[in-house]
Amino acid sequence: MEPTAKTARGLWRSVVQTGALWGAGAIFLALVGLVEAVSHRQIVAGVLSLAYALLLLAGLGAGIQVSRRWAGTAAWQRIVGGALAGALVGVAVGLLVVVGRSVNLRIMLINASPALYEILSFGLGVGGVPLMVLAQTGAGAIGAATPLLPPVFRRPVMAGLGTAFVIGLFQDLVQLMLQSGVRASLRSLLFTGDGLALHGAVLLFVFAAGVNVLRARYRAPASRWAVGLSPQRRQVLRWITLGAVFAAILILPWVAGLFISQVLVLVGLYTLMGLGLNLEVGFAGLLDLGFVAFFAIGAYTVGLLTTTGPLAVAHLAWWTVVPIATVVSLIAGVFFGLPILRIRGDYLAIATLGFGEIIRLLVLSDFLRPWLGGSQGVLGIPKPVLVGLEFRGPQQLIYLTVAASALVAFVAARLRDSRLGRAWMAVREDEDVAEALGINTVNVKLLAYGIGGAFAGVSGAIFAVMLGSVFPHSFNVLISINVLALIIVGGMGSLPGVMVGSLALVGLPELLREFSDFRFLVYGAVLIVMMQLRPEGLWPTAVARRELHDEAQAPAVPGHAVELAGAKEGDG
Amino acid sequence: MAATLVAARIQRNWLQRLSVIDIFLWAFRVAVLAAVVVGTFRTLYSGRYAGEVWIDFVVFGVSQGSVYALIALGYTMVYGILRMINFAHGDIFMCGAYTAYYAASALYRAGVFNRQPLLSLAIILAVAITASTSVALLVERVAYRPLRRAPRLVPLISAIGASFFIEYAVRGLYGSGFQAYPEFEVFKGKWNFFGIGILRTQAVVIAATVILMGLLYLFVMRTKTGTAMRAVSEDREVAALMGINVDRVIVITFAVGAAAAGAAGVLYALVFKQVHFFMGFYPGIKAFTAAVLGGIGNIPGAMLGGLFLGLFESVGPILVLDGLGIVAPYQLKDVIAFTMLVMVLIFRPSGILGERLAGKKA
Repeated sequence: MEPTAKTARGLWRSVVQTGALWGAGAIFLALVGLVEAVSHRQIVAGVLSLAYALLLLAGLGAGIQVSRRWAGTAAWQRIVGGALAGALVGVAVGLLVVVGRSVNLRIMLINASPALYEILSFGLGVGGVPLMVLAQTGAGAIGAATPLLPPVFRRPVMAGLGTAFVIGLFQDLVQLMLQSGVRASLRSLLFTGDGLALHGAVLLFVFAAGVNVLRARYRAPASRWAVGLSPQRRQVLRWITLGAVFAAILILPWVAGLFISQVLVLVGLYTLMGLGLNLEVGFAGLLDLGFVAFFAIGAYTVGLLTTTGPLAVAHLAWWTVVPIATVVSLIAGVFFGLPILRIRGDYLAIATLGFGEIIRLLVLSDFLRPWLGGSQGVLGIPKPVLVGLEFRGPQQLIYLTVAASALVAFVAARLRDSRLGRAWMAVREDEDVAEALGINTVNVKLLAYGIGGAFAGVSGAIFAVMLGSVFPHSFNVLISINVLALIIVGGMGSLPGVMVGSLALVGLPELLREFSDFRFLVYGAVLIVMMQLRPEGLWPTAVARRELHDEAQAPAVPGHAVELAGAKEGDG
Repeated sequence: MAATLVAARIQRNWLQRLSVIDIFLWAFRVAVLAAVVVGTFRTLYSGRYAGEVWIDFVVFGVSQGSVYALIALGYTMVYGILRMINFAHGDIFMCGAYTAYYAASALYRAGVFNRQPLLSLAIILAVAITASTSVALLVERVAYRPLRRAPRLVPLISAIGASFFIEYAVRGLYGSGFQAYPEFEVFKGKWNFFGIGILRTQAVVIAATVILMGLLYLFVMRTKTGTAMRAVSEDREVAALMGINVDRVIVITFAVGAAAAGAAGVLYALVFKQVHFFMGFYPGIKAFTAAVLGGIGNIPGAMLGGLFLGLFESVGPILVLDGLGIVAPYQLKDVIAFTMLVMVLIFRPSGILGERLAGKKA
């Protein structure tokens, strides 16, 4: 891009910079405790653990980046540059080992333990440092070579590596699912006792790469076939797909087992909350950091109205309380929205954060203890029963969560396409203009708070029966941040995005338990990185994609792009 | 004729639309005011607290408020220039305090801590300021600078991400427990000023804040860089036309704000004697409240807002809540702060001193 980048000095500087940056990244990962925490998770048994995979990713990343920056130079030069950057990463990691073994860093950095140095030096002491440098050099070279491959080769290779990596990462879960019959023999083919076997990894690689090649070959004809179908046929196809999905959901908890069901219930609850917050942030543009309050209100309503404990207000059935909880959180949402109607933009975020905290502190206080139980919470919430079926564990609750999420997603989709949804989007884009167009912004905003709150209330109602108790500690600001992060990762305003986001941000950390301590570290990094690289999210709405990448799509009308940028800057 | 008709219609619409909310807001205002008045009256009437107790609370409030004021400076200066809430500022404050803890405990182990208290305090302050400034510059470079032209919510979300990233990075690097700050022997006990006994730590905090504030005020008002900062906050484009390097000014603003926050971190640790990776979150929000209270973008406003908030927070629970018959009123001290935050944002987003800037910035 810049002309200086192509001069020899510029090239070398980019190698040093990139290597140092990724090296610092690798050191950070080591010192923050991530490397040691994941060192026991084998990806390929006895060959590669997640710790080394993470460390080598630093070298790989450095290689890719250098190779990209050197675009236009000869292939061997790019590979050598990448290898050098990788070597620098290795040197940085080695430096940590050498320094750490002579100076006690542990006074300050709790993770700078001998165990960490063991991992970083392959258990060989200082003698392992050259090995690390060598490995990182290799990773850098491979990284630099990847952008050089033609896509025809790169895609299958990536797909193969990715599949083997993911299966290896979740080997314990996959093995758990492959217990009997044909599945058991598949398991013995791929896995050894303690993880994915090397030949299993190779098999998976070949399989996934093959599927990728076939898919690339037949994708166009298949979609042509689908487009060519008559509407009636397509309708039938859609019903078949729906039926298949329904059947899959019905049998899912029994195939997946207790643990995965539990995780999926959590994912479902966050999806519900995400759909609610998505309505406020994604549709109406009202950034709400106190969203957890509605979740708490739903949960407490269910708790107080169904509990068998001393705090009970009534002893109703869960099914009768859910509509009540929904309505209560809806009203709470409207009341919450009323005073802050005139606050805009980032002030709104802080005001809602304040509101959420006020509610949590009040619930926690001794002042309201006689009614809400203070820090002890509300205990003894009975499980719901439907025609003799008791929703006693996650494997039953999952049906409830899926049904609720589907219903809420349907409502959200219909709302989005309704007049109200259009009004929300108008308010999101420009409140003054929306008002000038005759939209009653007061009602529209209050409805966003109310309906968003109601969705979270449903989630809270299920959460209460899932735990069988409600504590104020479950409703801190981290939940709001969590929900916000997931809708941003999924794509603001996008309904499938909420699902994707909660699978990625709630499901994954639950499955990789070692990560649970680093969850918010990763969230923070994800939010920062997403805002720069993919502000529209993983599964964006078409509008967001167009808007955030308009410079790429509308080069023909330069004046238009400038105007948009100016409008964005000036807004607020 | 037509114009007056339209005007009348607009007026009627405005009335129709806003009356319900206005009534609601007025009711809200009256309710809060009534609670404050009734609570205050009943507390004072009961005479449960002697004069000395009040003085203690006021002094504590002022020292707490000066810490908020120091943190609030960072919010207010960054907001003045970038129109952006630096959500991670509270965590920058935490980084300073936490890193300085290691300097303090090293000095303590070396025995210098109590032999040379002033020197030690200077070293600790220097370490804290260095740490928080470097973190702030890193955050600015990585999380904010690339997003300068993005739509408004984008940098805020990035800032929220930075905030949690810093918190949990510190948790990973330094550990998740509370660390106890060593105590200065000289600062134990009370000093007597005009017959009023004041805890020494609090006196030190107040004095240090006054000095730092004075220096900062001189820096912003009297130096060339300070003038450039004010120019950029007034109008960025025009400032750039005048030959001011806007990027550099922004970096300096972040650095100065972070330095104040780092110093605040040490003062905070002097009073509370412990540090924790999450310690920046609530002081951060409260300092933001202080900044808004004083009028965001306004440096004397931040000082004033900090003092107000500290006082309300420390005196409010016993003055108002106790009188209302609320048990354990001190548990609700944060509720007072957050209620003030919400009330200020609702009723006077321009703050106490912020009239001039209100239209453009809020």
